[in-house]
Amino acid sequence: MTFSMLTPEFRIERDQERCIACQVCVRQCANDIHDYEADEDWVYSDHSRCVGCHRCVTLCPTGALTVRENPLDFRRNANWTATRLRDIYKQAETGGILLSGMGSDQAHPIYFDHLLLNASQVTNPSIDPLREPMELRTYIGRKPDRLEVSRGPGGLRLETQMAPQLVLETPIMFSAMSYGSISYNACLSLARAAQRSGIMYNTGEGGLHRDLYEYGSYTIAQVASGRFGVHSEYLETAAALEIKIGQGAKPGIGGHLPGEKVSADVSRTRMIPEGTDALSPAPHHDIYSIEDLSQLINALKEATDYKKPVGIKIAAVHNIAPIASGIARAGADYIAIDGLRGGTGAAPTIIRNNVGIPIELAIAAVDTRLRQEGIRNQVSLIAAGSIRNSGDVMKIVALGADAVYIGTSALVAMGCHLCQKCYTGKCNWGLATQDPYLTKRLNPEIGSRRLANLIRAWSLEIKEMLGGMGINAIESLRSNRDHLRGVGLNQGELDALGVKAAGMG
Amino acid sequence: MKQIHVNEEYCIGCRLCEIHCSVQHSRSKKIIKAFKEEAPRALARVLVEEEGPLSFAMQCRHCEDAPCIEACIVGAMHRDEETGAVLCDEDHCVGCWMCVMVCPFGAIQRNLVGNKAASKCDLCLGEKVPACVANCPNEALTFIEAANSNGGEPQ
Amino acid sequence: MKHVIIGNSAAAIGCVEGIRRYDPDNPITIVADEPHSTYSRPLISYLLGGLVDESRMGYRPADFYEKQRVETLLGVEVTHIFPERRCISLAGEGALAYDRLLIATGGKPFVPPIPGTNLQGVYTFVKWEEARKIARHIEETGTRSAVVIGAGLIGLKTIEALLARGIKVTVVELADRVLSTIFDATGSRLADLILRREGVEVRTQTTVSEIIGRGGRVDHVVLQDGERVNCDLVIFAIGVRPNTGLIPANAGIEVGRGIRVDARMQTTAPDVYAAGDCVEAYDKLTESHRPLPIWPLAYRQGHVAGCNMAGHDREYDGGFPMNSISVCDVPTISVGFIEPPDDGDRYEILDDYDRETLTYKKLILRGHRLVGALFINEIDRAGIYTGLIRDQVDISQFKDHLLSGSFGLISLPKDYRKHMVVGSGIEV
Repeated sequence: MTFSMLTPEFRIERDQERCIACQVCVRQCANDIHDYEADEDWVYSDHSRCVGCHRCVTLCPTGALTVRENPLDFRRNANWTATRLRDIYKQAETGGILLSGMGSDQAHPIYFDHLLLNASQVTNPSIDPLREPMELRTYIGRKPDRLEVSRGPGGLRLETQMAPQLVLETPIMFSAMSYGSISYNACLSLARAAQRSGIMYNTGEGGLHRDLYEYGSYTIAQVASGRFGVHSEYLETAAALEIKIGQGAKPGIGGHLPGEKVSADVSRTRMIPEGTDALSPAPHHDIYSIEDLSQLINALKEATDYKKPVGIKIAAVHNIAPIASGIARAGADYIAIDGLRGGTGAAPTIIRNNVGIPIELAIAAVDTRLRQEGIRNQVSLIAAGSIRNSGDVMKIVALGADAVYIGTSALVAMGCHLCQKCYTGKCNWGLATQDPYLTKRLNPEIGSRRLANLIRAWSLEIKEMLGGMGINAIESLRSNRDHLRGVGLNQGELDALGVKAAGMG
Repeated sequence: MKQIHVNEEYCIGCRLCEIHCSVQHSRSKKIIKAFKEEAPRALARVLVEEEGPLSFAMQCRHCEDAPCIEACIVGAMHRDEETGAVLCDEDHCVGCWMCVMVCPFGAIQRNLVGNKAASKCDLCLGEKVPACVANCPNEALTFIEAANSNGGEPQ
Repeated sequence: MKHVIIGNSAAAIGCVEGIRRYDPDNPITIVADEPHSTYSRPLISYLLGGLVDESRMGYRPADFYEKQRVETLLGVEVTHIFPERRCISLAGEGALAYDRLLIATGGKPFVPPIPGTNLQGVYTFVKWEEARKIARHIEETGTRSAVVIGAGLIGLKTIEALLARGIKVTVVELADRVLSTIFDATGSRLADLILRREGVEVRTQTTVSEIIGRGGRVDHVVLQDGERVNCDLVIFAIGVRPNTGLIPANAGIEVGRGIRVDARMQTTAPDVYAAGDCVEAYDKLTESHRPLPIWPLAYRQGHVAGCNMAGHDREYDGGFPMNSISVCDVPTISVGFIEPPDDGDRYEILDDYDRETLTYKKLILRGHRLVGALFINEIDRAGIYTGLIRDQVDISQFKDHLLSGSFGLISLPKDYRKHMVVGSGIEV
C-alpha cells in the first residue's frame, strides 16, 4: 500500500482496567479494527479504520471502550478546515469522486430550529388529548373542489366520485429505502412497523421482495428511472405508486447500487443479473416534460384500474414551486418533496452537500404557490429531508405539508449511528448491508418494535402540542402558518417561509 | 415451564451469552472481577457454535424425558420440582460422563477443575430471566413458555 | 390398582417414576433382597477405591420413597411368582398380591466352574455388600496383590478401585485383548498401554484354570498355560447374565437369554412387566432382542414399563450398546457397533488416531447412517453422535465434517438442527 497522508478520524480508548478481553468488540467490528492476541490475552485496536459507528462501544459488556474524534489539530484556518484538507488528500490519492452516505452534515441553516410553535393562553382554551379526542388521521390523495350530496331515504348520500386516498393513522411515513441499499431485515422491520402503526413504508427503487407482499396495504411502490423490480404484480400489490424523479441528497443525478450488494435475492427482486451494478439513470428517459410525466401517471393509473393514488417524488430545487404546480396539473395525487438534508445510501459528497434547498423553504413555497393557483386541494404534499422529531413534523405541517416521510430517523431508531459509510456495505448495525454476517444483526422483531415505538411517541407528542394550541385535528394545523413564528431569521427568509418574526404579534 | 428458545436467524455471534453465563456462575457474579481476579474462570454453560455467517447459542434444552437423567448412575442429574429445570448436583456427580455420552445436544460439559463434575445450564437457578437471555442484544435467545415438548425425547 | 416391583435399582426406580408420572395415587411396593435404599450399583468400585464414602451411595434422595409414596420391603427375598394368581410369595413374609408386576431382578455375575471359587478371598463384584466384604478382606489380610478375572467394564472398574488402594493387579482376559466388547483393536491397544503404564499386569487369551488356597485362603491362581500368579484376592468380573431364577416354568412368562418382553416391556404373561438387566429387549442396531445390561437402558425400560403399568401407552423404541468409562482417568465413550459386524451390509469407517496425545476417534457408518462411535481421550459432545445413531439421521450431507474438530449441531442439516434445538410446537 502506498503512503497515505490521511490520519485517523477517530481514536479508540480502551480502559484496560475494565477490558476483560472477552472479544465482543473483535467479533462485532466489520472493519476488523480490534484484534485479540491470545498469547497475551490482550485486545489491541487499530483505530485508523474506525468509522465511529459505536457498535463495539455499545456492545462492550464492561463499558471499557470510548471512541473520540482524533484530537489531531490542523493549523487553525476558518477556510481550509480539516475536512477540506482530508477530502483533498483522499482525492489526490484516489482520483475519484468522494462518496458519502446519509444526508448532508454541513452547517446549512436548519429553519426548523428557527421556527417556534404557538400555544393557547386564556383567550382560547387548550385541549387535553388524554380527555378529548384528537385526530391525527390523514388522507393522502386528490380532494375534490366541492362535494355534491343528495338527500335520499337513507339520509345524505355523497354523489362526488372521490379519488383514491391513502389512509394514515398519523401523518408520518417511512421514506423510500430500497431493498439492496438496506437489508431485508431492515425492509421487513419497516413493513411490520408500518402495519402496526397504520402508516406506509416505501420500497424505494428496489422492487418488492415476495415475502413482503403480505404488507402490500402498507406499501408505497416506487417506479424510478431504472424501473427495477417493476411488474404488474408489484403495482397491484402496493397501496400507492410513486414515480421517483429526484432525491434530496442527490438532485439531478441517478443512483448506483454496486454489484457487490446485488445478491441473489436482490437480483431476483430487482429483476437484474446477480452481481451486476444497478444503475438508475439520472432522468427517466421517457420523461422530458410535464406532459411526459402526465403520460406515465396515467399509464400507472390505467394499469391499476384507477384504484391507487399515484404520487411524484422530487428533490427540493430552486424553482420547486412551478415544478410542483406542473406535477399537480399532470394528475399526481401527491407530491413528495425531499429537501437538501435528505439521506441516501450513497451520493457524491459534493452534490449531497451543495445541491438543493432546505425542505422548510420548499414546502412553504409550494404550498403558497398551489394555494395561489387554487389547486392546493388537488394534491397532497409530503415533506422529507431530515425530519428529526415531532416538533419538526408540527412545523412542516404548519408550513403546508400533509404528512412527512422519515428515513434517517427511522434508520436511527433501528440502530444507525450516522457514520455515513452506508456505501461501503459494511454497516455494523445490519442496516445498509447485504453481508450475511451483518444483516442478521437486525432482528426485525426488535427493529419493527423500535420503529413503532418511535411513531407512537411522536404521535403522542403531536397530540400534546396540538392540544396546547387548542386544535383537535392535525388537519387544522396544515398551512396554518399563524401558529409559527421565526427567530433569528432575516426578512427574506421570513417572507419565503410566510411566517412572522417572533414578537410581531 | 419456560424454555430458552434459540433463534439462529438472529444470533450475531457476539458470545455475550457465554460471557454473562460465566459471570453468573462465578463466585463474585461481578463481570470484571470474575474475569480478572477469579481463576479458574467459571465455565460458561452455554456454547456458541459458529460456521460462516451462521451461529447460535446452545444450552441444555431441559428435555421432558431427559436422556442425561436416565443415564446418570448416581442420581446427580435430576429435575428440579419447582422450576422443571434439569439440574446436576455437582457435589454428588462422580464424573462418569454418561450424561456427556447421551446428550444429543452436546450441552453438557466436563468441568475438570477440582471435583470433576458435569457442568450444564441451570436456567440460572430460578432467576426470572437467565443471564444468557437477559444479555442477548438481538433477542436471538428468548425465555418463553414452551408450547410443546422438545426433540430431546428419545423415540 | 396395586403396583409391585421386584428390584430396587435403575429399572425399578425408572418404573416408579414412570408410574408416578401418570398415576399419582395407587400404591407401589418395592421388594428387594438387598437391605439398602436404592443405591448406585456402579458406585461400588468408587466406594471400594475410597473415592466416595457410603453416605454418597444413594441413587435418589433419602426422602424418595416417601415423596413417591412407595412402600418398601427391603432385605426381603421373593421366593415365587404366581402370575395366574397375581401374587408373589416372600421368604418368611407370606404373599403379596399385585395388579401390575415389574420384574427388575437385574443381572447375576457369572462365575465359571473352576476349582477354588469357594476359598476365602474370592469374590464377585456387583453389589454393595460385596464391596464391603472385599474392603474388609483387604483391610484384614493386608492384601498386596489381586487377580481380576475379566478385562471388560466391571473388570476395569475393579482394577481402578484396587489400584486406588495401592494393590498390585493382574488382569486375566480370555479374549485376545482388553475391553474387547466395547473397543476395537486400536482402542484395546491404547487401553492396554494405559493399564501397563499404571503397573497392571495384563494376561490375554488365557484364563484362570484353578484357584489355589492355603489355609482356606487364596494363595495363587494357575492360568491355562500353567503360569502361576500369586495373589491375596481374586475377583470375578466376567460380566452378568440376566437373573431369571425367579421365573417359574410353565407359568406363561417366556425366557430366552433374558425375560422376553414386547415394546411395552410387558412379558408374555398379562400384567407382568420386566425391565433392566434381566430382560432381552430390542436392540435397534442389530434389530434383534438381546440382553444389554446398561444403566441408561435399564432406567428407560423401567420407565416405559411404569408408564404402561399406569395405563399410559408407551413404547420402548430399542436401545443399543453405549458405555462411558474411564481407563485410569482417560475418558472413553463407546456407542453402537465398534467393529463392523459380518452381516453382509456394507460398512465404512472414519477414524483419527493421534499417537502423541493418545487420542482416538472412530466412526462406523452403514450406508448413510452412523451406527457406531468410539472416542478415547476426547469425548466432549460425544452425545451428538449418539443422537445421530439413535435417530438414524442421514449423514451424507455432512459426512466430511463428522470428524472435524469443529463438528457440532451447526454441521447438521438445518431442518434436523431446528427440530433438535427448537422442537415441535415452536415456530421458528
